[in-house]
Amino acid sequence: MPLTTNTVLVCAGGACISAGEKSVKQVLEDEIKKYGLDEVVRIVETGCIGSCTLGPIVVVYPEGVFYKKVTPESAKKIVEEHLLKGRIVEELLYQGPTGEVLPKVQEELPFFKKQVKIVTRNLGVIDPTKIEEYIARDGYFALARVLKEMKPEDVIDEIKRSGLRGRGGAGFPTGLKWELARKQESDVKYIVCNADEGDPGAFMDRAILEGDPHSVLEGMVIAGYAVGASEGFIYVRAEYPLAIERLEIAIEQAREYGFLGEKIMGSDFNFDIEIRIGAGAFVCGEETALMASIEGERGQPRVKPPYPVERGLWGYPTVINNVETLANVPWIIRNGADEFKKYGTPSSPGTKVFALAGKVRNTGLVEVPMGITLRELIFEIGGGVPNGKKIKAVQTGGPSGGCIPAEYLDTPVDYESLQKLGAIMGSGGMVVMDEDDCMVDVAKFFLEFTVEESCGKCTPCREGTRKMLEILERITQGEGTMEDLETLEELGNTIKETSLCGLGQTAPNPVLSTLRYFREEYEAHVKEKRCPSKKCKALIRYVIDPEKCVGCTACARVCPVNAISGEVRKVHEIDNDVCIRCGSCMEVCRFGAISKVSP
Amino acid sequence: MAKVKSLEDLLKIKEKTLQELKMRGETGKRGKITVAMGTCGIAAGAKDTLKAIVEALNENNITDIAVVQSGCMGLCEVEPTIEVRLEGQEPVVYGHVNPENARRIVKMHIMEGKIVDDLVVRRGEA
Repeated sequence: MPLTTNTVLVCAGGACISAGEKSVKQVLEDEIKKYGLDEVVRIVETGCIGSCTLGPIVVVYPEGVFYKKVTPESAKKIVEEHLLKGRIVEELLYQGPTGEVLPKVQEELPFFKKQVKIVTRNLGVIDPTKIEEYIARDGYFALARVLKEMKPEDVIDEIKRSGLRGRGGAGFPTGLKWELARKQESDVKYIVCNADEGDPGAFMDRAILEGDPHSVLEGMVIAGYAVGASEGFIYVRAEYPLAIERLEIAIEQAREYGFLGEKIMGSDFNFDIEIRIGAGAFVCGEETALMASIEGERGQPRVKPPYPVERGLWGYPTVINNVETLANVPWIIRNGADEFKKYGTPSSPGTKVFALAGKVRNTGLVEVPMGITLRELIFEIGGGVPNGKKIKAVQTGGPSGGCIPAEYLDTPVDYESLQKLGAIMGSGGMVVMDEDDCMVDVAKFFLEFTVEESCGKCTPCREGTRKMLEILERITQGEGTMEDLETLEELGNTIKETSLCGLGQTAPNPVLSTLRYFREEYEAHVKEKRCPSKKCKALIRYVIDPEKCVGCTACARVCPVNAISGEVRKVHEIDNDVCIRCGSCMEVCRFGAISKVSP
Repeated sequence: MAKVKSLEDLLKIKEKTLQELKMRGETGKRGKITVAMGTCGIAAGAKDTLKAIVEALNENNITDIAVVQSGCMGLCEVEPTIEVRLEGQEPVVYGHVNPENARRIVKMHIMEGKIVDDLVVRRGEA
């Protein structure tokens, strides 16, 4: 163990890596070496710290100074100023939305203050490739307790009492699922971790796998002990190479330490885990399709019942739990069900991790107690909507979810409340939309996704969603009729009732919920051929204000289709038959002479 | 790697790792030692001083003292300089802190609570 004075945490979550974390780390290493500090300063790559808009993020301990948007250049400065001379580099500190006082320490950021960290407790704190650091944060203590002191029934009882519900989105009680599997008489049973996170914009599970893989492994071993399984699979998508790499390291280390394999921790319990890599089909997140994929079959769902706990992988009882659900388990065993229930609401205890995205200042990963209102989540943690715009809606649950309008922002976030509004908790994607977002366009976006991802096995989903999309396309082209709106509702409800699996049963939600809350926007598209948010290209045009145009020719030069004519120093004009509505002219105009209009 | 068989094994790993992680900002420190690491301080040997302090703390299992670096304290003539700040006491700045003196300060001031008079250059806030 080297003697250290400073530890530098470099966030190596997926978002920070794409923002340039690798080169930052390289510069830090080189510079630290250059100044001969490599013996006293330690660099640690951590999992996602959560505030992805600020990446690449570097945190310097012991002070806990939080640097954002670190470039190779500024990394150099951090070494020279902070590590060498102990001066904090002010200009790289996190800055509040209105440029207020700069909190220096991680815990002080408003982004972190309202969060409760159970599942993400180790993210950004430990080195995910070192099992010892997980153990130092009480990792595998829950497993020790389970194996030494508890009977499988006790474990199930504790999880049942905690009220933990599936964090994949459906909210099925985890303890009950385990109990049902325990009761099955079979020599072979399986535990499957569903890490096929597929909602656009959602990355909670990836962050957990990358930042704290052992918490998931520990949860799986405990689940195995509780239901009497000796084998587990983690089904993770190929698009998550870093998560896979860290899981592989974690599994190897857990085997070395005897947390996986035979006679775990000296007991008679055997359990091992294998990784199965999915090819990234959205439907494979559906549990029966997921099992088919693990078995090497085509990833298509089948009718339930029988449920996986009765007939799962290769016909044997199988418990399928989501990544986040499993990561909750060690905490609950260690701290007790009663402690867990202190957070959240009676029907939805504990916390939920959300991937906050869209028109919100602090996009990123947040863990909040259930029952927090959407308003608190978006405005206090998320920092509100940027650029002085007004919030219009918030979308939860991705392609299976719905849009909740701004007037319901005081709704508590729990399974039932969101469902009542026609949205769902989902796996944790949360997209904030402002007045510039067209709700018809949003519905169309999600439907395009489900049409693409529908596996085609059942007719309502395969044909129905395609028909719905065609109607939406017509509406956004300004060719819809009022009858179309009724057809959309009828089709949507039929697809929900008759589809084979969760994908189809929830696919109409984005359309139905926007029709419910934003019907006037649909009607504006149909009746007035107008897009109120000025988003749908067919219904808008760009105009030049002759009062403001000075004839600088900037717009004409940038136009890719030469739709703008006019002589130097004379008012320019846009030919709307040629214009492709790309908006480049508006961006380039320095006189505010160009605007979008929708009749 | 020996397999972990008991809670005791786990606790041992935890303790050992926590020891290693202690510089990563665990709270509840009793005080801190600031080593002036301006270019001048470094030229005067502050890096060796810093190493000696960290070593001495580790050897004696002192975990409640943070070691941080700062820029030049402005006392170039007596460098390397360090400041010892213990909770509830006024800070003391020492000068001419070579590795040997650093060990002396850790032993006397940090462990025994006695100020090393012959090295003091300032008491109290600047």
